[in-house]
Amino acid sequence: MKYTFTEEKDTRSGFGAGLLELGKKNPNVVALTADLTGSLKMNDFEKEFPDRFIQVGIAEANMMGVAAGLAVGGKIPFTGTFANFSTGRVYDQIRQSIAYSNTNVKICASHAGLTLGEDGATHQMIEDLGMMKMLPNMTVISPCDYNETKAATLAVAAHHGPVYLRFGRPSWPVFTQPDEPFVIGKAKKMIEGKDVTIIATGHLVWKSIEAAAILEERGISAEVINIHTIKPLDEEAILASVSKTGCVVTAEEHLRNGGLGDSVAQLLAQTLPSPMHFIAVNDTFGESGKPLDLLIKYGLDVPNIVAASESVIRRK
Amino acid sequence: MTSKHPLTDICSQVRRDILRMVHAVQSGHPGGSLGCTEYMVALYFEILQAIPEQFSKDGKGEDMFFLSNGHISPLWYSVLARKGYFEISELETFRKLNSRLQGHPATAEHLPGIRIASGSLGQGLSVACGAAISKKLNNDNKKVFVLMGDGEIQEGQVWEAAMFAAHRKIDNLIATIDLNGQQIDGSTEKVLSLGDIQAKWASFGWDVLHMQGNDINDTIKTLKLAIEHTGKEKPVVILMKTEMGFGVDFMVGTHKWHGIAPNDSQLESALNQLPQTLGDY
Repeated sequence: MKYTFTEEKDTRSGFGAGLLELGKKNPNVVALTADLTGSLKMNDFEKEFPDRFIQVGIAEANMMGVAAGLAVGGKIPFTGTFANFSTGRVYDQIRQSIAYSNTNVKICASHAGLTLGEDGATHQMIEDLGMMKMLPNMTVISPCDYNETKAATLAVAAHHGPVYLRFGRPSWPVFTQPDEPFVIGKAKKMIEGKDVTIIATGHLVWKSIEAAAILEERGISAEVINIHTIKPLDEEAILASVSKTGCVVTAEEHLRNGGLGDSVAQLLAQTLPSPMHFIAVNDTFGESGKPLDLLIKYGLDVPNIVAASESVIRRK
Repeated sequence: MTSKHPLTDICSQVRRDILRMVHAVQSGHPGGSLGCTEYMVALYFEILQAIPEQFSKDGKGEDMFFLSNGHISPLWYSVLARKGYFEISELETFRKLNSRLQGHPATAEHLPGIRIASGSLGQGLSVACGAAISKKLNNDNKKVFVLMGDGEIQEGQVWEAAMFAAHRKIDNLIATIDLNGQQIDGSTEKVLSLGDIQAKWASFGWDVLHMQGNDINDTIKTLKLAIEHTGKEKPVVILMKTEMGFGVDFMVGTHKWHGIAPNDSQLESALNQLPQTLGDY
């Protein structure tokens, strides 16, 4: 297998490390949190740059507005809270003061997806990609591991405009390299293949790589594409791959409605209709449990990706 | 009684603009716009340290204003145009297709003077707090002003921001609340009583001032006083008493003209009460 890992780290720590580095590099970077400094791994930034760290308390709507105002004043604000409090709770604030106003706010959302775990469905945000990608002007990013999350954090500061940056809570294999370039909107081909294209984002990129290894043992050559930028979607990369393989599986820790799979299906339906299978949560809320157990129960695990791949190949 | 203030003429013309703009498209919000005319005219023609021709979004080195109750956009547009932010003739495009003068203020069309979209209520105070913090971080001693409606403060986000501004000692911020006592469904007293507003803002840690918002002299005097109150580790709020629809006898003091445009004869009657002082657009 091309990819291995020697350690597991949470993607939110990649955000924390990236934010600290940004603080050193760019005096215009400011960070805000709504009483979740530690959960978002923002402690180092707070310690190093107390003047540029803004604690708003448990008041996310205000945080989004304050961030918008800071952006108007020329700052580059990074808001940090859980994914559910970063999106649904403050959708109208984001819509008017950030997306429509095109303010340079970076909405950084941790604990996304089912792998938040034991806290359960109240905190398991699996609708966020849909909500955020629907907003004009919004760039939506969902990196796959610690290194990529750190790189994405650095990249979004250099991009002018609203960004939604999604990451998670659990320790997760670190399989990309720390020095890999991160280009917003540019997909990464993780594994070259010819029989099926697996298009994944976030934590499920690793699961897709594991699935590809099993498929290889069964004589199936799977191409794995890491879509770290949900919007704008790298249409060129997807079309090039699906033109070659003729079928596609999408994999994401999100609802089927509104997720990455929706975006890919929309693209293919218009330009390259192809057999397709969606690995995603099917119109239900999550529940308490251990992260990996949840992925199994909700059909987001390696065997599901393998079976889906074999199934779409048969439909070619 | 004080003599007629020179800005009174501008107020009269701005009120004409508001009525003609709203009448032309038979939509928009005349009531609050007319009520806040003295405030906006005083702010732009007497108070704000800002150069229209040099408008920049980040407002560095100049005072900034945010309109939170964005539905009174006709007033803002008129004052911006009369002050020289854009051509007065552009007022004619208000709420029409391809206009920079959107129904509620927006930035997508890059209209000079506007820094953030508003209209969905309750968001402006938070934005103003952020802008005020950016000034502090930049060692920029200019001020940030924001106007809200009284019905608007029924939104919870306003109180999040109120708590936040006092906690952070954002003392380069002057908020004004338009106390006209009216909202779409009736009086604020009937819809959702605001209670003791003075006590509420004071207990949140704000420096509270009072103003007669339809008296141009008191408006200018109080805004200047508010500036003197900045820099004392407290945000400043002005409770501004106004009459919705002020300046037009049949519109004054009722919520009915919140979002209704006058018809032809009503327009004529209203304009007859407001001398054309600077020339209609």
